[in-house]
Amino acid sequence: MTQAFRLPTGGIIDRSRPLRFEFDGTAYEGYAGDTLASALLANGVHLVARSFKYHRPRGILCSGSDEPNALLQLDRGARTEPNVRATTQELFDGLIAASQNRWPSLRFDVGAINNALSRLLPAGFYYKTFMWPPTPRWWLRYEHFIRRAAGIGRSATAPDPDRYEHQYAHCDVLVIGGGPAGLAAARAAAHAGARVIVCDENPAFGGDLRGMNDDSANIDGKACATWIDEAVRDLSDSADVTLLTRTTAFGYYDGNLVALSERVADHLAAPLAHMPRQRMWKVRAGTVVLASGAHERGIAYAGNDLPGTLLAGAARTYIDRHAVRPGSRAVVFTNNDSAYAAALSLSRAGIAIGAIVDAREDSELTGALAVRAREHGIRIVSGSMVPAAHGSKRVTAVDIESLSGGRGTRVDCDLVCVSGGWNPAVHLFSQARGSLRYDESLAAFVPERSPLAIVAAGGVNGCSDVGGALADGHAAGLNAAAKAGFRGPASYAAPHAEPVAPGRLRPLWSVPARDRSGKRFVDLQNDVTVSDIALAVREGYESVEHLKRYTTLGMGTDQGKTSNIVGLALLAEQLHRPISAVGTTTFRPPYTPVTLGAYPGEEAGAHLEPTRYSAMHDWHVAHGARFINAGLWRRAHSYPRAGETPDDAANREAKNVRTNVGLVDVSTLGKIELQGNDVAEFLNRVYINRWDTLAVGRCRYGVMLRDDGMVLDDGTTSRLADSHYLMTTTTVNAVEVMQHLEALLQIDWPELDVYLTSVTEQWSAAALSGPKAREVLAAVVDIDVSNAAFPFLAVGTCTVRGAAGPMPARLFRMSYSGELAYEIHVPADRGRATWEALLAAGARYGIMPYGTEAMSTLRIEKGHVVIGPEADGRTTADDLGMGKLVNAAKWCVGKPLLSRPALIAPDRWQLVGLTALDGAVMPRGAKIVADPDHALPNPMLGHVTSWCWSPNLESWIALALVANGRARHGETLWAVSPLADAKARVRVRIGPPTFIDPDGERLRG
Amino acid sequence: MLLIPCPWCGPRNQLEFTYGGDATVKRPLPDAPMKTWLEFVYLRDNPRGPHQELWHHSAGCRQWFKVLRDTQTHDILASGRADEALPGATA
Repeated sequence: MTQAFRLPTGGIIDRSRPLRFEFDGTAYEGYAGDTLASALLANGVHLVARSFKYHRPRGILCSGSDEPNALLQLDRGARTEPNVRATTQELFDGLIAASQNRWPSLRFDVGAINNALSRLLPAGFYYKTFMWPPTPRWWLRYEHFIRRAAGIGRSATAPDPDRYEHQYAHCDVLVIGGGPAGLAAARAAAHAGARVIVCDENPAFGGDLRGMNDDSANIDGKACATWIDEAVRDLSDSADVTLLTRTTAFGYYDGNLVALSERVADHLAAPLAHMPRQRMWKVRAGTVVLASGAHERGIAYAGNDLPGTLLAGAARTYIDRHAVRPGSRAVVFTNNDSAYAAALSLSRAGIAIGAIVDAREDSELTGALAVRAREHGIRIVSGSMVPAAHGSKRVTAVDIESLSGGRGTRVDCDLVCVSGGWNPAVHLFSQARGSLRYDESLAAFVPERSPLAIVAAGGVNGCSDVGGALADGHAAGLNAAAKAGFRGPASYAAPHAEPVAPGRLRPLWSVPARDRSGKRFVDLQNDVTVSDIALAVREGYESVEHLKRYTTLGMGTDQGKTSNIVGLALLAEQLHRPISAVGTTTFRPPYTPVTLGAYPGEEAGAHLEPTRYSAMHDWHVAHGARFINAGLWRRAHSYPRAGETPDDAANREAKNVRTNVGLVDVSTLGKIELQGNDVAEFLNRVYINRWDTLAVGRCRYGVMLRDDGMVLDDGTTSRLADSHYLMTTTTVNAVEVMQHLEALLQIDWPELDVYLTSVTEQWSAAALSGPKAREVLAAVVDIDVSNAAFPFLAVGTCTVRGAAGPMPARLFRMSYSGELAYEIHVPADRGRATWEALLAAGARYGIMPYGTEAMSTLRIEKGHVVIGPEADGRTTADDLGMGKLVNAAKWCVGKPLLSRPALIAPDRWQLVGLTALDGAVMPRGAKIVADPDHALPNPMLGHVTSWCWSPNLESWIALALVANGRARHGETLWAVSPLADAKARVRVRIGPPTFIDPDGERLRG
Repeated sequence: MLLIPCPWCGPRNQLEFTYGGDATVKRPLPDAPMKTWLEFVYLRDNPRGPHQELWHHSAGCRQWFKVLRDTQTHDILASGRADEALPGATA
């Protein structure tokens, strides 16, 4: 089949570049410059879809992004995409498209049974039917089938192969829409000196004039196409103008931030190597000129959804722009002048016109276009309507009847061109908190005023002719530039086109129903009919927002661009209220669908978040470490040797720390330097314990509370010099603690002389731990590290001798493992050399690196709490066994609320240690109960917070929070996990949380 | 997305900031009664209209500062240092 419906001349298609494509398995040909829709029509393909609910045959209605029907599956392998509008998809060679929502085929679709059963499927059908019996269990059963029936199209199942970009931009004037009004506005603003961005959703500028073949219209004495070319060239010559085609402004946000979606490569089979598929622009605009034009709307008559039904403007576009003959014999049904332009195009293309059926009386047909049509000898049937169209998979005839009654006539046709008027595309104006005004003469809502810097121009303001749009656009451009501070010389004259006197529109939303069988569609995408709206009103859904949700009017992917105003006008008719009193539903972003991949842009996969690595990371990798995430950090979990599982490795490493010595990378700890005369006072206020007694060269463990008294974080703070301290925080809380301290100092206590600097990145840290730690350390440092010279909690500076030479270091004697231990901090670029020096010195003492898993085992054995599992935001210091740290003699953040009754109640969950009896594995996330066989719900006494196999005790142990736990030492309870496994139950003995060296002799030794 | 005028860095994208809540709430003195502390920690007004609030330029200069923002329109009416009264603020 070779484009039998292509006109021999005209259009802006390139006949020298044929493109092959496939639709539902049949091969066709189109030309460069075609959309998928125009190429299908050129091949005589009108039936392209089945409707959502009734599975009715549907064709192409529009020629742009407002299309409700022609949603196709674009098959590109991993790039497959559902619901692609055939009317906006540019044709490329090798395109493969398929229809949706039909089985087994588009021509024979079993789901069309819904159409026959439609009286059983009224508006609100789901709500009425599936709410009984009224239990969620039944709804879940129904839902399974409803979801299967409701879906249209298939999403891709393979990972998205494409790249997406984000681009921030700033401009004085952003022009949305590059039709005559937008181009005039952009030129006016640019010539006034403003930085301008112009975006248009189409592949080229020109708007409705693009490709239009109207010999009577000219601008500044030139053909429209010539003027457009000159305007675009003029704009692109300016360094201060950015022109964006295939770019939709889809969202308007606070601060005049407008989001644009640029489809960089969707018109190609696949993006070229250097291309992202799409680019999302975030434009901060001084002023926005909204020149978004208007959407044509239909009229609801029986069978107004048959393939072969086009909006009049779309028919004109296909003929003039794409040189396509959308039919052989047409009937035009209208209530306004614009359809006469389409009729003239039909006539020029040699399409027979059965009649123009105009709802207006003959005396009203005084507009210039109507006069011209009459001069062309086109038959006009005034004061009349089309009550019904006939046909099954394509329209074959329509009835024509006088609006005042009487017998009708039937006219054969294969094309119906409808126009019910035009709805200005006010979506972004409304998103910009702009109010809308109902204009009686247009029978449409137009922009009124917005508190933001946005100016509407052209079709969106109700301009119906080129001359009006140009003048309005020019004025808007000057206005926008002036608002942004540019009042350039008025050397640039407004473009001029002869105005066309419009005839008056006569509102006509639907025709009277003749019988029950003929469906008069309002929303074609969601199959909402005139009767559905009447039913909803009868059932009490009188608010436009309720009507929308009950009937699903305007809730499709087209967001009701062609249907919303018709729907609410019908609501107003039903309610006998003026349309202005009914109002519109809320316009929300996105204006047209935006591919999900464009939202994250580059921030997906490995780039979802930054990844932080310690200076020793490469060493860990080279030595076979397994890694885990800790906040944004990658940390070594363990260092498995050949034949070991990660858990085996962690057990070996933990055991080695208690018998020999181990080395762990703790560079990830948050490090904050505090300097100033009031640091001690500040620490007194933020930690529960006392700090004014800390001497230079000493460190101390501290706990911080939130204002509500719960534990926020813990760590150590060292006094490096008189007014110089170093605080460490937990790895994952470092950012939050820094922000907390900054708030206190800047907002609450600006009088304190304290300066904070985050130095987490600047210092590498390693902890050397185990009974042989001192021997290892003594071999590499230049100071005396004997217990007498460098006792527990001592802090000092030293030099580490390594293969790369001496390295300055800070030395801390503190222990997390419970063994004799030191932390060595060095400038980050010396981290790896220090790490290697310590391992080399420790070789003869059996040193092993250990990871976070062994570190966790060691701290559980020692009963040290972790922020998160134990300090989970609901625990106080006393719950964690650290009540004695709360200094009675001083105030601190969080202390005033600690005395609330619930926080000192005897049944608080308190930290305990658990030992599994019978050697059983502790179930993950287990609940502590007295009787595992108690009927559900089983009263819960607490829960396991951390658990591990202790290689040193050779037992499964855990830390847990248990009600009144400190008084339960010695009791036997049960740990159960019925969600994980009904049989998961372990008998546990409660004891103190410290399993090893409760008196701390090892770490002080 | 808000364009927030940091008193030190000028107007910057909202993404650079962290919200800090009502700026009119003052931290009580340590010996204030329990009721005062409970109100400080838990009770906040939820006004419609101008609202003095704290923002932290967390991905910028790290300063906490005040913003007078209309909660209904999201318009930012003024901004200033944390320790100074904002022009046009009532409380």
